[in-house]
Amino acid sequence: MPYDPSDPLKDRITDIGPRYYAEFMPPVIQNNKGKWLYHDILEPGVLMHKAESGDEVYTVRVGGCRLMSVEHLREICQIADKHCDGYLRFTTRNNIEFMVDSKAKVQPLVDDLKSRKFPAGSNKFPIGGTGAGVTNIVHTQGWAHCHTPAIDASGVVKAVMDGIYDEFGHMRLPAPVRVSLACCLNMCGAVHCSDIAILGIHRKPPMIDTDWIDKLCELPLAIAACPTGAIKPAKSEKGQKTLEVNAERCMFCGNCYTMCAAMPLADEDGSGIAILVGGKLSNRISKPKFSKVVIPFIPNEPPRWDTTVAAVKNILDVYAADARKYERLGEWAERIGWERFFEKTNIPFTHHLIDDYRFAYTTWRQSTQFKF
Amino acid sequence: MGKHKTPMLDELEKGPWPSFVSDIKQQVENGKHVLKEAPDDLLGVMELSYEDRVTHWKHGGIVGVFGYGGGIIGRYCDQPTNFPGVAHFHTVRVNQPSSKYYTTKFLGDLLDLWEKHGSGLTNMHGSTGDIVFLGTTTDHLEPLFFEMTHELNQDLGGSGSNLRTPECCLGKSRCQYACYDTQEVCHQLTNEYQDELHRPAFPYKFKFKFDGCPNGCVASIARSDMSVIGTWRDDIRIDQKAVAAYVNGEIKPNAGAHSGRDWGKFDIQKEVIALCPTNCMCYDGKTLEINNRECTRCMHCLNVMPQALRVGVDQGASVLFGAKAPILEGAQMSTLTVPFIPMEPPYDELKDLIEKVWDWWMEEGKNRERLGELIQRKSFQEFLRVLELDPDPRMVDEPRSNPYIFWKEEEVEGGWTRDIEAYRAKHQR
Repeated sequence: MPYDPSDPLKDRITDIGPRYYAEFMPPVIQNNKGKWLYHDILEPGVLMHKAESGDEVYTVRVGGCRLMSVEHLREICQIADKHCDGYLRFTTRNNIEFMVDSKAKVQPLVDDLKSRKFPAGSNKFPIGGTGAGVTNIVHTQGWAHCHTPAIDASGVVKAVMDGIYDEFGHMRLPAPVRVSLACCLNMCGAVHCSDIAILGIHRKPPMIDTDWIDKLCELPLAIAACPTGAIKPAKSEKGQKTLEVNAERCMFCGNCYTMCAAMPLADEDGSGIAILVGGKLSNRISKPKFSKVVIPFIPNEPPRWDTTVAAVKNILDVYAADARKYERLGEWAERIGWERFFEKTNIPFTHHLIDDYRFAYTTWRQSTQFKF
Repeated sequence: MGKHKTPMLDELEKGPWPSFVSDIKQQVENGKHVLKEAPDDLLGVMELSYEDRVTHWKHGGIVGVFGYGGGIIGRYCDQPTNFPGVAHFHTVRVNQPSSKYYTTKFLGDLLDLWEKHGSGLTNMHGSTGDIVFLGTTTDHLEPLFFEMTHELNQDLGGSGSNLRTPECCLGKSRCQYACYDTQEVCHQLTNEYQDELHRPAFPYKFKFKFDGCPNGCVASIARSDMSVIGTWRDDIRIDQKAVAAYVNGEIKPNAGAHSGRDWGKFDIQKEVIALCPTNCMCYDGKTLEINNRECTRCMHCLNVMPQALRVGVDQGASVLFGAKAPILEGAQMSTLTVPFIPMEPPYDELKDLIEKVWDWWMEEGKNRERLGELIQRKSFQEFLRVLELDPDPRMVDEPRSNPYIFWKEEEVEGGWTRDIEAYRAKHQR
């Protein structure tokens, strides 16, 4: 029965959840699940997994844009039909993985992927994203779809990935480098534990849309939303119920705007990018770490965000040249000391970088051990 | 040729990385999506944002499908006259299959459905893991949902103050490190908690993520209120012959992950033994020994020599709670709460734990207070009491350094009720 608009609840099906994953796994994966012995990265972007049975699965990993059209996905399906018996998968970091069950099938697949380009010249399916290199940037919606962003997402990611493209297709860094982007502090894509995080921030307190605020918002919710208690009730000159922001206490988190559309804070000059570095979330060698703010602000520079691209590239290059094998970016910075990090990267250390929020004291140095 | 001039976006067609602008343009040219103007007007409104350097999207209103409070995010453009194709541009979150494997048949069916009911644009995938259908109008929501459930046997994901779509790494499907079946538990718990996923009843969002091992490919420790991370309790399995093969240069170390630079000959002492965070390994040139009791399972040695070392066989998971991004009280990572839990279907022990956590959070949590913030406000001790767990030194990096202990009356001999007169009988004023 097709959908009947006059009776939308008729024959309604709800709460059935996602499809069962096992329907979608290629036979070589299905047959060897839980029985994998080891893997080998044959070249950047090409993995081989060996099972107890002797079976092998070869995976070719390609970078994808998170924002993807149906036309592009149809092409991905055609490739999977042609080479992979109609199976494929996506990774957590927006990469696409094409899997084949014999080595002989790898080269034709690789050649096919490399041959496909958009009319303006960019690669549709760059191969890489494995081992000690840069993999795809996970990111958020930005100006393509979100109401709270300080920056665009897809455009910044495109510009940065163009700038560090060679590291996607190579494995010559000391350790994996995870770059992430969130277009505001809400971080719907969490970037607080990334080797390099590109974060959209605001720097102007919210404006109050006085004629509308009492109609659009629950004022007590907006007041309660402020983590620093900077918002209080007020009366406008016309006697309307409104709110007042103590600008000196505002930390520009935008939580009030999330609760109340009459308090916009995005601004062409006020909003821009902060760069954080040194986070990680694997437990390998050292514990997971938060990323730390090293550049407090870079202006929005559409369309190519040149200063941001240069900043990321600089940090990556200095790390690549100076870190020891296996050292993640944060481990390297801790070994050499943050004073050396700023010296080597030539990034100015400003007052913005000293914590003054909730757990500030835990990041100050209580020791005479430092480097000149 | 699209209807808007987009000179700034066109700059993003240059360079080697795939261009989302070129991709949207091919959808404009060739797409069969029903909302004809949508991709074109999306480029138009993005170009305007590139000129203005601010977003042109407004808060969502209440949109959704009947009976659900999540899964659809309302979105409106603040320039509807200039960009009518995206004036209403709601997002549909579609619950992805565990580990994001697809057949081209199923993916094709989803694309057919989306062409019929939307903009022809997607996110593969959203940050929480859903398939995201990007941009449609309210009148398409019910038919889309009806056809998706009836014809594709497929449901929506979560949004708002509810359980968000759970996500897992690829686990045992294609990884030798996975210590439990992340795909299966992710699928079963998603189905078990469909009501919590579709009907917001929580103070704020709640996320589960399932990592098969401490490498953490799905980042659960940083971005989920409940992080389930695979681990093992017995000994790392060692193939001494393969160790020797690594030492002799017969097998590439790190599964080739560092092969793009000449780092010199593999040195097991320097690259494995010396980097072990607990110094629990030694190699005398013949035999690799691991003092497994002292191992904290950081994965480094296993990652370096995957053909020689395998995780133990007494497998399960550690459960940690409370991770979140900075809004509001600052970023948190999850805190180790249950060092080891068996992970076999039907996962009753894990479900029991989850339900205790939710009962407490729904009772005590304030509006928009994540679990991690509630634990900080009420104390980790209180959290343990609620979960009926005994304190364990594994739960802390170190014991407290301040002595301000909130003693309970029942812990103190004689209780707290005292007689001031009796005191004064012995002590003059």
